[in-house]
This record gives sequence, structure tokens and C-alpha cells, in this order.
Amino acid sequence: MFQGLNFPPLDLPPECTEIRAEIRAFLAEERKLGNAKNIEAMSRYTPEYSERLGKAGFIGLTWPKKYGGHERSALERYVVTEEMLSAGAPTGCHWIADRQSGPLILKFGTEEQRETILPKIAAGEAYFCIGMSEPNSGSDLASVQTKATKTDGGWLLNGTKLWTSGAHISHYMIALVRTSPLDEKDRHAGFSQMIIDMKSPGLEISPVINLSGDHHFNEEVFTDCFVPDEMVVGEVGNGWNQVMSELGYERSGPERFLSTFQLFAELVDAVGDDPSDHEAQVIGRLAAQLIVLRQMSLSVAGMLGQGLVPANEASIVKDLGTNYCKLVPDLSRSIMAAMPSQRSSISYEATLASAILTVPSLTIQGGSREILRGVIARGLGMR
Amino acid sequence: MNTETNEMRQMIADTADRIFRDLCEPDVVNAAESGIWPTELWNTIEESGMTQIAVPEEHGGGGGSIGDAMIVLRAAGAYSVPLPLAETMLAGIALSSAGQTVPGGPLGFALPVDDEIVTLAQAGDDYVLNGSVGQVAWAIPGGQLVVIADMDGQECVALVDADAADIDAGINLAGEPRSTVTFDGSKVTACAPLGNQVDGETLFKLGALARSIMMAGALESMLEMTVQYTMDRVQFGRPIAKFQAVQHAMAVIAGEVAAAKTAADVAVHLLEAGEPGLLIEAAKARTSEAAGIAAELAHQAHGAMGFTHEHNLHHRTRRLWSWREEYGSEFYWQKVIGRTVSKAGGDGLWKAISDT
Ligand SMILES: Cc1cc2nc3c(=O)[nH]c(=O)nc-3n(C[C@H](O)[C@H](O)[C@H](O)COP(=O)(O)OP(=O)(O)OC[C@H]3O[C@@H](n4cnc5c(N)ncnc54)[C@H](O)[C@@H]3O)c2cc1C
Repeated sequence: MFQGLNFPPLDLPPECTEIRAEIRAFLAEERKLGNAKNIEAMSRYTPEYSERLGKAGFIGLTWPKKYGGHERSALERYVVTEEMLSAGAPTGCHWIADRQSGPLILKFGTEEQRETILPKIAAGEAYFCIGMSEPNSGSDLASVQTKATKTDGGWLLNGTKLWTSGAHISHYMIALVRTSPLDEKDRHAGFSQMIIDMKSPGLEISPVINLSGDHHFNEEVFTDCFVPDEMVVGEVGNGWNQVMSELGYERSGPERFLSTFQLFAELVDAVGDDPSDHEAQVIGRLAAQLIVLRQMSLSVAGMLGQGLVPANEASIVKDLGTNYCKLVPDLSRSIMAAMPSQRSSISYEATLASAILTVPSLTIQGGSREILRGVIARGLGMR
Repeated sequence: MNTETNEMRQMIADTADRIFRDLCEPDVVNAAESGIWPTELWNTIEESGMTQIAVPEEHGGGGGSIGDAMIVLRAAGAYSVPLPLAETMLAGIALSSAGQTVPGGPLGFALPVDDEIVTLAQAGDDYVLNGSVGQVAWAIPGGQLVVIADMDGQECVALVDADAADIDAGINLAGEPRSTVTFDGSKVTACAPLGNQVDGETLFKLGALARSIMMAGALESMLEMTVQYTMDRVQFGRPIAKFQAVQHAMAVIAGEVAAAKTAADVAVHLLEAGEPGLLIEAAKARTSEAAGIAAELAHQAHGAMGFTHEHNLHHRTRRLWSWREEYGSEFYWQKVIGRTVSKAGGDGLWKAISDT
């Protein structure tokens, strides 16, 4: 009776077993090069890794072959993703392009955009970032102010995008901009999406250093930055609907519950194979929740693969999954005392430090906990 | 799962739902808790063929699968049905695995755990039971009990009249009979070695799965009740459902319900496919954990009304608080899972998780 509580069990088809073995073999080689065991693997940027992954045929898995894709199923892509993240491989460079920019271009882009851009993404050579948030637009995305004004052969952009993950290593941004002024009666009208070449004149990128001292997100200031007409994605004015469809890819994937998996693995090693009752119980609690979250996420992947739009289910997976990621350092501390430090030579201590310093972001980005719970409550008919 | 099975299951679910909606009103639950057996409810559900749905036809059952039985149990959980449906099902599975015919009527189920021992021995022409089991569900005077007992190192199943044993009657938080049963040379009606697919451990796990499914049903129905209550109850001039704090609490319950449902459904699904992995353990751990979190928030949203005997929220919550302990609490199963994955080590952890 409620919307959002439908999680049918999913059987992974046999081809998933094959591709799992293939990606595991690939990742085993990468491990030898040290490309493994990263907390929050989606924010580790290693272009050589992404290029090798692309060459090995693991990017753009579901896209048509004529655009450089591999015509595999959404579930095969799911398996590849969960294997990469659980291995802690540095997937940052190609992550956003593969997960959402590519699919967006495939769905709404022009034939020319597909032909020129998608093969480069699939090769692991073109990286994307998402320009949605701004200094005054976070959860309330409809308040975006960056303005595109029509000019000869294109648009002139003015405004500021903020918190843009990986803008500094990206070749392109897909920006959400206002192409018509705000209409108070329909706040969602008048938006468009544009592909922006990060080398464009009039675009200035500056780092925003995060609390761990890392350079992950950025600020971009647009001053009369020219964007040719050919770079508009989809219809002018349809930006809001396009962005909303993009969020579907974003909420329920394995990244939502695997961000601190490396710490869980370190914890298991630190405790050893003969845990006390209490240690076993805590480890088992983390494992049980993880097993169930994975089944929920798989179920959503199965529904997405059938063309359904399980938006409420996806919000539940993200809410539970990100809370779970926060539980990992909390419970780890409760059974394995340590002084967390990113400089520690003891890997448990270093990983614990990274986890503690990472988790605050998880319940904010991609729809904050409060926004997700609002979505879930709407599915319950309360608003 | 094929379409035919799906349609069959939908039919079972609809039938169970209709019977329970009509015949398991809150006053029937209250009466049962004070010791009045719900005769009409039992007779109707037994006539519909749902009490032994998972037992092969040649042993007196409906010839369905475990999955079919679990659908009935989910509905039973949703309506707080005060009948030994899970126990009768487990008893039937044990008896039929041993080639025995399953009798009609409700069956209590006694499965010794930890250092409890019940022995079965030949005495002249008869077989007799000796020993004691605690927490026996639905050992009611005049009824029948199915007991798992040891005979010279072999696990056997025995059918015995409850009146042949000494019953120290107790109840759980929901007023369901949970007794300590002592056998002292109690003569059995029938007995045989358990079939090779079934042993005490698999029955314990099936019990855990049954409770998981019942909790999933109870949780879902509790969510519906609670959301409805927040939309009906008006304070400060509007339904309390309009307050964001209340909306977010319901969203948290919904998350717990979703996790519990998924865990229980996937466990049943994989059990039927023959490869449950760690899913039964995870299902009981997760549904039991969800029970506490969700019940707390459901009571909070109901205010004082939910704390009364008159309102039937407690039919769900007292069962959730009972069932989460039975067949291993979340802590019990977390320990089991923790031991297993610890053996895999950090490098093998993902494989241990994803192979399920
Ligand atoms: C690590 C990281 C990476 C990011 N990467 C990107 C990126 O690549 N591209 C991009 O566009 N953005 C990115 N973001 C931005 C992210 O999308 C925003 O942070 C998010 O949308 C929240 O906006 P905000 O930070 O402005 O918080 P605000 O919207 O100001 O919210 C602050 C607090 O108020 C709460 N709140 C807001 N509105 C409501 C309401 N209606 N009801 C109840 N509570 C409310 C929020 O839940 C939150 O707790 C990133 C953020 C982080 C932390």
C-alpha cells in the first residue's frame, strides 16, 4: 500500500559470475600496484587506473557498442562496481562519467555528443564532474542561480558552482543552469543542462580543501563563459526533469554502503580469527547489516534494469546505507581501541582515521539524510 | 520464480489475509491472551489447508513448499494471530521428514537447545521420553506435542500427548504459551528418526526464519497502523503527520521495515533455491534488530493512546519484543555470523559477504 517498500529478491544471472571473476582478476593485478584498500574509493583519483580499466572493457558496460560500450546488463555493471569498491580501488576519475554523465548523454544527448564523448569515457580517458550545487543552493536545488544568456551560436554563463567533486581532474562538467528567469509559480521551469569543457575561457576553478586536508571538491566561477549550442544536453528548459532522472542512478548503488568497508576489513584482521563473544557479536552486526543492505541495493538495481523508477526504495537504501557507513567506525572503536591517525604506520589506525574524517560527508552529499527522509515520508503519504 | 508460483502465492496471501481480517479482530487476540482458544479461527485456517501447507500430500499436508508456508506466517504476524501456526508447521516438517503422518489440529513444538536433553528409549512395546525442555511454544493441556529427542545418539522426532508430560505453564511478553515441559517416562504416540534432510539445527534455523517472517509481517502492519494514526491525530490544529519530526520518525520505521522484509524474503527465496548462505542468520539478526527500533518509534508516535490496553498497537509490539528473542536474538545470530566471517579474515571478508 505504501510506495517505496517493494524489494523483490533478485537472482544474479550466470553471466554475473563470469564478469565477477574477470574483474576480480583485474583488481588482483591492481592490488600489486598498490591500487587497493582506499576508504571512499570514489574520491581517489588515479588516471592510469581508470585508463587500464577502460582498456580492459569495464567502463560504459551497459552502453551500445557503437559508442564504445559493451552492451552488458545493468546487473553485470553492478557486480563490477561492488567488486571495485569493496577492493578499495581508486575509481574517482571515471566514476561520475560512468555512473551518471554517460547515461545522461546516452538518454538525452545529441547523436554528435554520443559519438564524440561516450567512446572517450568508455576508454577511461574522459572524466566528468557534476555542477549542481552553488553557494546558495544546496538541498534546495531549484534555487540555482547560475545564468545562461543566449548569444550567437551558444550561451554565456555567469555564476558560481560549488562543492564540485573532481572538477580539477575533469575534462567536462554537466552544469545545471537557468536559461529563463525564475517563475515563482513554477520554480522547476527554465532550467537546462550543458556540457562544459573545463578548459573554456571564462571558467576559473579553485580548490576547496576538505577537513582531512585533501583536495576533493572545488569552486568554479563562470564569467561570460561561452558554451556552444551543440553542448546543450536535451531540451532547453527541461533541465529539472533530466536532473531528477539522473538522481535515480545516484542513490542506491553499492557506494552507498561500502564507503567504509575497508575499515571493516581492517577491523576483522585486527581482531583475528578467534574473536571473543563480544567481538564476534559486533563484527556479526556489521556483517548482517551489510548482507541485507546489499540485497536491498541489488533489488533496486534489478528494478532499475527493468526500466522501473524505484525512487523511494533508492532513498531508503541511501539513508540506511550511509548510516551504516557511520556505524562502522563507531563500532570498530568499541571493540578495537586505537589512536586514529592518518599518519600511523598501523593500517587499522590509519584506516580508522580516514573513516572518521570521511563519514560526515556521506549523509550530506547526493541528498542529505533529512531530504531523503522527506522523500520516504512522501512515499508513505504523509506529505 | 515463475509466474505460476507467483500467482499461487498471491492467492495464498489473499486467502490468509481475508481469513485473518475477518476472524482475528483485536478482541479475539485479547481473548486468546486470557486463555480462550479461538476455535473458529483455527478451524477456518485448518480447513483452508494452510496449517500444513509445506508437508507432502502423502504425509497429510498440502504439498506446497516452505515459501508457501512462510506467506501464511507473514500474514499471521501482520494480524497477531494467536495460534501456533509456526509451531504446527515446524512440527509437521519434522514428522513428515521422518516418514510419519502428520495429525490434524494444532501442534506444540519442543526443540531442546544448548544443554537441554530429551531422550527417547524403548520400554517394552512402547517408546518413552525422558528429560526437560524450556520455552516450549503452545504445550497446551489436551493438545499434542512434537518433540525432538535423542535415541542412542540419533536425532528422532516423537509425537506425544501434552497430558503425558508435566507442564510448567509460562507465557512470553505477548501472552503466548511458553512452558517448561518435563517428560518422565512419557509414552509417545509415534516416533521415528529424523529424515536425512532435517536435523535439530535445521529446525532451529527454520524456526528463526519463521520468526523473521512473522516479524516482517508485524513490522509492516505496525508501520501502516502508525502512519494512519499520525494522519488522524490532530494537535496544534493539524494532523501530527504534518510535523517534520514525525515524518522523519516514520521514515526511519519504513527503513527498518524495508530491511526486515528484504532480509526475510531473500532468506526464504535462497532457502528454496537450496543456497541460503548466511541469509537465514542475517535475517533473524536484522529483523530482531529492526523490531526494537521500529517498536520504540511507533509507540512514541502513538502518544499515551498507544500505551493503553484498549489500543491494539501492543498486539504488534509485544509480539515483536517476544519473537526477537525466540530462536536466537539478534545478538545470538550476530555472534554466529561474526565467528564465520572472522574466519575469512580481512581479505576474504568481501567474498564471505557477497557469496550469500
Ligand atoms: C563531499 C561532498 C561532495 C560533493 N560533491 C558535489 C558535486 O560533485 N556536485 C554538486 O553539485 N554538489 C556536490 N556536493 C554538494 C551536495 O550536493 C550538497 O552538500 C547537498 O545538496 C546539501 O547542500 P548544502 O551542503 O548546501 O546543505 P544545506 O542544504 O544548506 O543543508 C544544511 C542542513 O540543513 C538540512 N536541511 C536543508 N533543507 C532542509 C529541509 N527542507 N528540511 C529539513 N532539513 C533541511 C540539511 O539536511 C542539512 O542537514 C558535495 C557535497 C559533499 C559534502
